[in-house]
Amino acid sequence: MSSIFVTVFIITTIATVLALLLTLANYYIADYGERKIVINNDKELYVEGGTTLLSSLISNEIFIPSACGGKGNCGYCKCKVEEGGGPILATELSYLSEDDKNCNIRLSCQVKVKENMKIEIPEELFNVKQYNVVVEFARDVTPTIKYLRLAICEDKEIQFRAGQYIQLLAPPYADSNEDVFRAYSIASQSTTNKYIELLIGYVPDGIVTTYVHKHLTKGDKVTFNGPYGDFYLSDSDCDIVLVAVGTGMAPIRSILLDIKDKKISRNVIFFFGARTEDDLFMIDEMKRLEEELPQFTFVPTLSRPDKNSWNGEVGRVTDMIDKYLEYKEGREAYLCGNGPMIKSTVNHLIDKGFSEDNIYYDSFD
Amino acid sequence: MSDINPLVILMASIFTNNMILSNFLGMCSFIAVSNEIKTSIGLGQAVTFVLGATSIINYIIYKYLLVPYNLEYLRYIVFIITIAAFVQLVEMVVERYAPTLYYSLGIFLPLITVNCAILGVSLFMIIRSYSLIQSFFFGIGSGLGWTLAIVAMAGIKQKIKNSPIPKGLQGPGITLIITGLMALAFIGFSGIVKI
Repeated sequence: MSSIFVTVFIITTIATVLALLLTLANYYIADYGERKIVINNDKELYVEGGTTLLSSLISNEIFIPSACGGKGNCGYCKCKVEEGGGPILATELSYLSEDDKNCNIRLSCQVKVKENMKIEIPEELFNVKQYNVVVEFARDVTPTIKYLRLAICEDKEIQFRAGQYIQLLAPPYADSNEDVFRAYSIASQSTTNKYIELLIGYVPDGIVTTYVHKHLTKGDKVTFNGPYGDFYLSDSDCDIVLVAVGTGMAPIRSILLDIKDKKISRNVIFFFGARTEDDLFMIDEMKRLEEELPQFTFVPTLSRPDKNSWNGEVGRVTDMIDKYLEYKEGREAYLCGNGPMIKSTVNHLIDKGFSEDNIYYDSFD
Repeated sequence: MSDINPLVILMASIFTNNMILSNFLGMCSFIAVSNEIKTSIGLGQAVTFVLGATSIINYIIYKYLLVPYNLEYLRYIVFIITIAAFVQLVEMVVERYAPTLYYSLGIFLPLITVNCAILGVSLFMIIRSYSLIQSFFFGIGSGLGWTLAIVAMAGIKQKIKNSPIPKGLQGPGITLIITGLMALAFIGFSGIVKI
């Protein structure tokens, strides 16, 4: 009997001594006290030292895009650290280019606030907020693409530019045990401030897409933060070429609805690519827009059509560029879709006289 | 208590009884972190330091706390929590007081908590009845041996980076094969000394 007590006593003593040691170390060694972060030489924040810059900013409602949630594997949460960031960590190296390193760009999820810091972040990020929303509707527009409308339930409004994106949060569920953020382009027009619409394609085993496709239904509450991104329509007068495949429709639709709402009179042609007729969606809406906007042409094209039922264009979006566009300079192009499609489209556009500076794209890779 | 010279133990644990190539301990971080020579050296330094320190701490706890109360059978759990706590403490201290060192090896410290070579050394020193000084040399030697193996592996990996390796063998597959070949080479040292 006494051996049991001795065993428990000894183990408890060792564990207690170690725990005490660590607690004291945490209290005295890992306590960095209150630290000041100066943002853009203007705004001052006082935060608890020792945590990461990203979490310090988020706790002060300044949201820097971070698709991986601060694990250092998406490379989105870059910001300029003028003072107090310490040397670049090995975990940041693969995400920083030579230019980034020379300009003191760092990954905010890896930099810890240990001393007073001076940082610079784009002004528009101050407009980024976290929103609690309710799913107003969720319906399948193709077998793999879901169309969601998320209504902001609090007394908040979202200000964004057509083409920007948000980060949707999937809370822990059956197939995932942590909070995961993923970026999705806004599909609705920027003049609506109380809701946003999203087009979310299903990715097998994707944490957030599985959550959206298999678990999310009308009336559910979710969270997103945003808006982010610099993919939006310029203020020029030149002709516009829009190119999208699949869920790349989202930002392009937002841009088109904005063109209609704001009565922008620029020539617009939109090439939308899909594989089969089942993969096409929002065609009626695009046809309607075509009637309402005299300067707008919509060209849907299928790469693998059923020849008995499809009378439209056949081929990839790049084939349509070759077919519809004449060689001409001074036009702008906005592309959205997967990486290979963007790459080949850019080449075809350059062949048609587009300047690389006037080709804007939002790649989904 | 064995009467082997501590320096012999040091040399033996680097070459003839290498933790990775003879005992295959600490394989996970060996495979995962052996992509660059610089990082491998960082991790190797950290492992050597923790091995040296925990062999002493565990020896003292074992000798003066577990043995007197006949609690030797508790050594696994005691050694594990000691190693985990020590690694955490070292991380805090290094991060606070030696930022330069922390930035070079700090990120590898948490990895060491789950490095079986560390527990292996503490257990071997008990099985082989080493004294305190022998245990310390054994710890340091094992760390150096582990470093030697991981740095050699990083060097080989950098050399074969652009080699046409069959798809199914890329990554951990080829690493394990190379480890096996390295272990075969190290067999040449065996028999020189027994520790």
